[in-house]
Formats: sequence, C-alpha cells, structure tokens
Amino acid sequence: MSSLRILVPVKRVIDYAVKPRVNRAQTAVETANVKHSMNPFDELSIEEAVRLREKKTTPVEEIVAFSAGPAKSQDILRTAMAMGADRGIHVVVEEKDALEPLSVAKLLRKVVDENKSNLVILGKQSIDDDAGQTGGMLAGLLNWPQATQASKVTIEGENVTVVREVDGGVETLKTKLPMIITTDLRLNEPRYASLPNIMKAKKKKLDKKTLGDYGLDGDVRLKTVKVTEPPTRQAGVKVDDVDGMIGKLKELGAL
Amino acid sequence: MFAAARTSVLRSLRTQTQLCHTQSQTAWSRLASTLAVLEAKEGKLNIASLAAITAGTKLGGSITAFVAGSGGKTIAEEAGKAKGIEKVIYVDNAAYDKGLAENWAPLLVENIKKGGYTHVLTGHSAFGKNLMPRVAAMLDVQQISDITEIESEDVFVRPIYAGNAIMTVQSSDSTKVVTVRGTAFPAPETEGGSATVEEGTDPKAESPTEWVSEDLAKSDRPDLGSASKVVSGGRGLKSKEEFDRLMPPLADALGAAIGASRAAVDSGFADNSLQVGQTGKNVAPQLYLCAGISGAIQHLAGMKDSKVIAAINKDADAPIFQVADVGLVGDLFEKVPELTEKLKQ
Repeated sequence: MSSLRILVPVKRVIDYAVKPRVNRAQTAVETANVKHSMNPFDELSIEEAVRLREKKTTPVEEIVAFSAGPAKSQDILRTAMAMGADRGIHVVVEEKDALEPLSVAKLLRKVVDENKSNLVILGKQSIDDDAGQTGGMLAGLLNWPQATQASKVTIEGENVTVVREVDGGVETLKTKLPMIITTDLRLNEPRYASLPNIMKAKKKKLDKKTLGDYGLDGDVRLKTVKVTEPPTRQAGVKVDDVDGMIGKLKELGAL
Repeated sequence: MFAAARTSVLRSLRTQTQLCHTQSQTAWSRLASTLAVLEAKEGKLNIASLAAITAGTKLGGSITAFVAGSGGKTIAEEAGKAKGIEKVIYVDNAAYDKGLAENWAPLLVENIKKGGYTHVLTGHSAFGKNLMPRVAAMLDVQQISDITEIESEDVFVRPIYAGNAIMTVQSSDSTKVVTVRGTAFPAPETEGGSATVEEGTDPKAESPTEWVSEDLAKSDRPDLGSASKVVSGGRGLKSKEEFDRLMPPLADALGAAIGASRAAVDSGFADNSLQVGQTGKNVAPQLYLCAGISGAIQHLAGMKDSKVIAAINKDADAPIFQVADVGLVGDLFEKVPELTEKLKQ
C-alpha cells in the first residue's frame, strides 16, 4: 500500500460571512434563501489532498469527495471536483433529517470500506453546528490513528508526520497510514477553481446514493429542544479620548 | 450489572415523568454519577481542566475525577483537594503523558464501563476536542460539544453558528459524553476537598502514533483562556513589529494576556495560539480591550461573553463598536501608547 486513496468529506453550510437568523418558531436557524457554500475547513481538506498529489512524494491514486446532505450539496461536490477531486459521492439526506456527527462517522466508515480509502481528510469542525466531532469519531470507529487540527502534513510512503495546533502552540506527531487527518486554518490556502476546471468538473462522475444503500438510518440521539438568539449586549458609549476611556472603564469596574 | 440497571431505571423514569420535568430532575440527580476527565502535563494538574468538575456539580450526584500520566498518584492527590469530588481515579503510566487519543480513548472507555458513569465531562480544550469524539464513537454515543449551561441531567445548552444562535438539546444516550466551555464553568476551589484516591484500570493499548516534539509559545503573562484581562490586536496593527511594540507594554500595564484576531495571526503579527474566535480560543475576561479589530462574526464568537469590552478603532462604523461597552474612535498608533502611559501612572 504505497499509494494514497484519499477520501474528503465536505459539507454544505451557510456561508461564513452571513449572519444567521433564528426562525420565529425557535426550532432552527433560517436556511431558506440564505447563501450557502462549502464549509471553509473542507476547502482546506480538498486543497491538501490536491497538493499531496502535486507534491508526488507518494502517488495519489484517487481523491474522492463525499457529501451527505440535501440535493444542493451537489454544487459543493462540483466545487470540490473543480478544485481537483476525481469524483464525487452524494448521499441525499433532506435538510430536516440532517445527520448527527455520529451518523456521519458511521456512514463514512462504510464509504471508506467501499472505496478502500487509506487517508481521510476532514475539516476540524463545520461552522454551523461547531461540533468538531466527525473526524475523531470516524477514527474511533475504524480504530485508525488520528491527527486533528493539522497545520502541516508530510507523507513519505506509509509514514506520516503531522504538525498540529494545540493550546499554547504546536506539536508534531508521527504515525502510519491508514489514518484520519482534520484540517486547521493554517494548513494551506485553498485555490480558486478556474473556469476550465469548473467546466471539466461537470463531466466528472458523481454517484447519488441513499442512507439505505449503506444499510444505515438517520438515528437521532439529540433532540433539539429550542434554538434561540444569543442575549444582545447593551449598547455601549463612545468616548472622545483616552482619559474618557480610562474613566469609563473605572466606572464599569473593569480597572 | 449495576450500571445497566441504573440506565434502565433512568430510561423508565424519563418516560414516566416526561410531563413533570422539575420533579423528575431531582430524581435523576440522585442517580447521576459523573466522571470528570482532567488534564495534566509533566506531572502537574491543569487547573483550567477543573471546569469539568464545576459542570459536574450542576448535575448533582457523585463526581469522580480521572487523571493519567507519569506520577499519576501525585497528580490525583493534588486534584483530590479540589472541592466537589468524591474520588479521584488515577493511572500511572508515562504512555499517557502526551494525551494521545489512540491510547487515551481505550483507557477512558475501559474505566467508564467499569464505573458505569452516566456522564463523562471534560474541557473543550485541544485535549478534549481531540480525544472525546473518539471515546464517544467507541461508546456509540452522540457527543455534546462545548456546552455553556446544564439545564438538567439530559438537557444541555451550547452555542452554534459561531455563537450566533444558542441551541438547547436533550440527549437520549444512556451515557452523556460532554465537553464543557471553560469560561462558562469557573474552576472550583482547589483547597479544602478530601477525595479518596484510587488506582484505575490500565488496558495498556499500544499507540500507533508517536509524539515527536512540541513548540509552545513561552510567556510569563497570564494564560489567555483564563486571564481576567485580555488585550487583543488585529489587522490594524499593520506589522509584527508594531504588534510587538504596542501590545506587550499595554498588556503589562494591565497585567493582561495578549490575544489576536485571525487577520493578525494570518499576517504573521502574532502566534496562532493567541487567536481569539470561533476557531481559536474562547475568552470571557473581566476586560477585553482590543485595538485595530473590526469585529467579524468569527472573532466576536470568541470574546463577546467578556464582562466589559473596550475597543479602539479608527473606523467609526466597525462592527466591534456594536458590542463594545466603551468605544474610542481614533488612530491606535497614537491612542494605544497614550493609554499605556496613563495606565502606568
């Protein structure tokens, strides 16, 4: 096993620049008519997979992009393919039946088996549920080594060296394939898909599947009791100069 | 056997008493048994990780703390002084010193199963974020990350969408695996407790991963995550030289930790570990004083629970002023040194 078969799971989320609004019934965040894009951490995953291919230190046999989500997740998979993934797998899941990280991890375990992947690169968290669990859960289910919050990845043969972001700095780990990596912001700078590549991506293979194809159901463990707006802060004051700022901070008991 | 019985008792209680929520909560509380997983490094307990104990006390029931690493027993004795714990379980084995998920996860799973805990809590730190999902999956549990409140034995509150929405969830898992936001659960008193110390089970799982080295930013300043004052710089500082010239003296004048926005970190002005925000550190100090930070959603996610927010920015329309208690519109290159001088007096 001296070549890489990379699986890159991607998620369609509300665009990072949009301020989310809680719906009136307080059951969820409003997603209709809101701009969506690929989870920013997943762009880093695709980019890293493509760079591993370009570096040529270990041959990359295949890069498969995967998403489980509503019909529109296809767009995200096309973007991943335009950035360099070879093909895509889309498990269609309605938005109201959105999967929990544990279910996604169970699904990915099957996808890993099916595609004989030996490296899975995931984002460290999705910016909607901010759970940060899927990568670690998948590693646990497969009993593979994991390197989360990676800021540098070096692969030589089966040996992998990863620098990961930890509290207070970085640490370096050494392990072997097959393994799970989750990406941190510092890992790379994702490329923009060029128009010719976007056109080419339209011809790449995209398999549509269902949870049933993998023998899974959308088991839900966490019931959403409610979703609310965070408390708003009281409007503050503007001061004219540094003395005013110090005075006000003293008044507020912060100094 | 006992653990299984307790779970089914919980289950039946839950179905029977769904309507009288408050009443049933007390019944659950008596049955809750929490394992608080603590962090240690080089034989020393990480005090910030005691937040898991504070969270555990909200659940009622007994709290057992867990530590592992070389000198496990000494660490356990230190942890045992924290108020609120009944027992500390330790495993003394240098293999756990680096917090590798590959051998920590089987270690925890074995001790969780043995103790039959209803709740497993740890801090939402780099250690907890790396380890707990692996543990949760091995236990077939849907983890609950970064909670800020506990409403009852099975109902938890957590921020989603970079803190722009607050979600309350009810877990149906028999064991709740939870990471807690440190700033939402202040560490308990570290003196006065008298927990018993007991050796845990060590499955001695081999780790396929080897820890090679680390490079930690060294600083005499207070720790960013738990500091009572934080000064933070953004893109407006323009360069690393200016960041280093202006921010440390201001931090020293206040006795504050230094933070930074993503823009400042990406531009190389400050170390990655100083990043405050959705994907960096969460802070909630008494005072958060920032200069040259516009206040993007992702940054606000990490600091908007601060008691008092003060901002210096030359753009009067910067979003940071919508959350700042005290705002000063002006050139930070003039205002920050002036502020530093006046604070020193």
